[in-house]
Amino acid sequence: MTHEPISQPPSRSQQVGDSVFRWLCRGFAWLAVLLVSFIVLRIAMVAAPAVRQYGLGFLTGTTWDPNQAQFGILPEIWGTLFTSLLALVVGTLFGVAAAVFLSEGYLGKFVFGVLALLGIHLHPFWSRLPDQLENLLKNLIELLAAIPSVVYGLWGLFVVIPLIRPGCNWLHLKMGWMPLFGTDLSGPGVLPAVLVLSIMILPTITAISRDALVSVPPKLRMAAYGLGATRWETILAVILPTAARGIFGGVVLAFGRALGETMALAMLVGNANQISISLFSPANTLAALLANSFPEAHPTEVRVLMYAALVLLGITMVVNMAGSLILQRASAGMEGGK
Amino acid sequence: MTPVLERMEPNPFEGVDFGKLERSLQKPRTLFSLLMSAVVTGMTLLALIPLFSVVWMLFWRGGRKLSLALFTQLPPAPLEQGGGFGNAIAGTLIMVGLAALASVPAGILTAVFLAQARPENRLASATRFAAKVLTGFPSILAGVFAYGTVVLITGGFSAIAGGLALAILMLPTVTLTAEDALRMVPEKMKEAAIGMGATQTQTVWMVLLPTAMPGILTGVMLAVARAAGETAPLLFTALFSNYWPTRGAHVALMQPTASLAVLIYNFASMPFANQVEMAWAAALVLVLLVLVVNLAGQALSRRQVQQ
Repeated sequence: MTHEPISQPPSRSQQVGDSVFRWLCRGFAWLAVLLVSFIVLRIAMVAAPAVRQYGLGFLTGTTWDPNQAQFGILPEIWGTLFTSLLALVVGTLFGVAAAVFLSEGYLGKFVFGVLALLGIHLHPFWSRLPDQLENLLKNLIELLAAIPSVVYGLWGLFVVIPLIRPGCNWLHLKMGWMPLFGTDLSGPGVLPAVLVLSIMILPTITAISRDALVSVPPKLRMAAYGLGATRWETILAVILPTAARGIFGGVVLAFGRALGETMALAMLVGNANQISISLFSPANTLAALLANSFPEAHPTEVRVLMYAALVLLGITMVVNMAGSLILQRASAGMEGGK
Repeated sequence: MTPVLERMEPNPFEGVDFGKLERSLQKPRTLFSLLMSAVVTGMTLLALIPLFSVVWMLFWRGGRKLSLALFTQLPPAPLEQGGGFGNAIAGTLIMVGLAALASVPAGILTAVFLAQARPENRLASATRFAAKVLTGFPSILAGVFAYGTVVLITGGFSAIAGGLALAILMLPTVTLTAEDALRMVPEKMKEAAIGMGATQTQTVWMVLLPTAMPGILTGVMLAVARAAGETAPLLFTALFSNYWPTRGAHVALMQPTASLAVLIYNFASMPFANQVEMAWAAALVLVLLVLVVNLAGQALSRRQVQQ
């Protein structure tokens, strides 16, 4: 009696298929690496004539006049850094606050307290409510990141600007001697752009900060409580310092996002080629400059714009790499504490 | 009973003022703690106001304009009433479809390589680094690149250029989430397949990919949702068009193509009420599209967790 063997060595065609598939996977991995190098190279190549022609003076020039072939992007670099840094301050403040709110479980405890007052906190349906609401809140904040930036731009144009304009103009009237309020808000300007930008980077900061806060070893918190510290003494003296690196990494990544954000700024910042410290004056950013000038650019201008794109690429790459390096080291440091 | 008491150590708490250990709202430190809790709660609620405001405005200003004609008609000329953005919806679907067609297979195969590679593999670390660089890539630079390659070489704006720019943005999301999903497949299952004599390719196709599929699809959904909402990379690659993306009876990929996102951008700054209303309606449609895809992705990832 002969048995059909259950297992058999791979046939010739299966062996060939195996190595072909493996080489295919390897090939696509190479492709990803080559793609990134090619993107940088291609932008640099198209920009090369402009780089040679304008050199470093391009970075410090302040006029942008295609008709006289005069190009400088200092106002754009200033505007990019100014708006991003301001948005970062607002976004970090609110983002870290939301992360603390989420990681401390305020909402869950509050709902639990209410349920306990009603005497139904052990009921199979109601007992799940605190966790569900915490989750819902987390998802709502993440939802902020899912809304396309052009929709934020539209919202900023028709909601934020009319809303803050009276207040801004009042500030300018009363405190116009301060450089920050030196001009009035006639429509698009730095402040509405900063506000919308900070909303857009808030989910990044909150998500990463929350991860950092949650991964602080519980021992540390218990030890602080055991010593008699109040909740906020614990948060400020123990939890935030321990999670600081992770939070900082998140902030740097959010900075990278803010630098490269285009649409909301192109719609809200006013596209004025000027350097001003006033919160209410229009300005311009590198990404907004690209968005506005590219569609109708003639060949010389395209090369100059590619140079500007190269500058933007350099800035964001440095910032992003710094952010991921910090995050990597932060999570490595946290593992030792567990 | 008494002998036990006699043998006890002297009370260690003697002389301790228990009143000091009590939490009292009159103490500044407890008050400060309470105040900070209130501040943080307030700031979190404040951070959510924009979300509700955006959603409210979308439904209020975009919702009342919503009608079937919006999905079937072409954008109106200035001062003209009515019209729709059927071509923009079609254009968005075409370009996101093209981008998915290019980035999903490439991303998954790259992820298969990454998940199988040894930790010390140099190519794997280089690929992971490249994917990370692309994740933080400003979306407008993807457009600049597509302009520099496709538009400059073919000499015109096209759906292909837009699709390429979107594919670059989708690639890292697909790759990194697919790698995570593949790594979550229990080592035992892989070993069982190899133990039964399966080749690596058979293991990947019959064990790894089917098991990791929900996670991979989550990544694809997230990437599609992001790409559908992207405006900056389309501005000067696909440009915009007031006509259907067809030539005769065929879909034409080599001509300027409309998209919902660019339509919103263009119409938002127009001084005509009809166009502005249309921008809001388009924003509502776009957000609903993005949300549905996002939620589908999240539902899939929940299924994977339950496995």
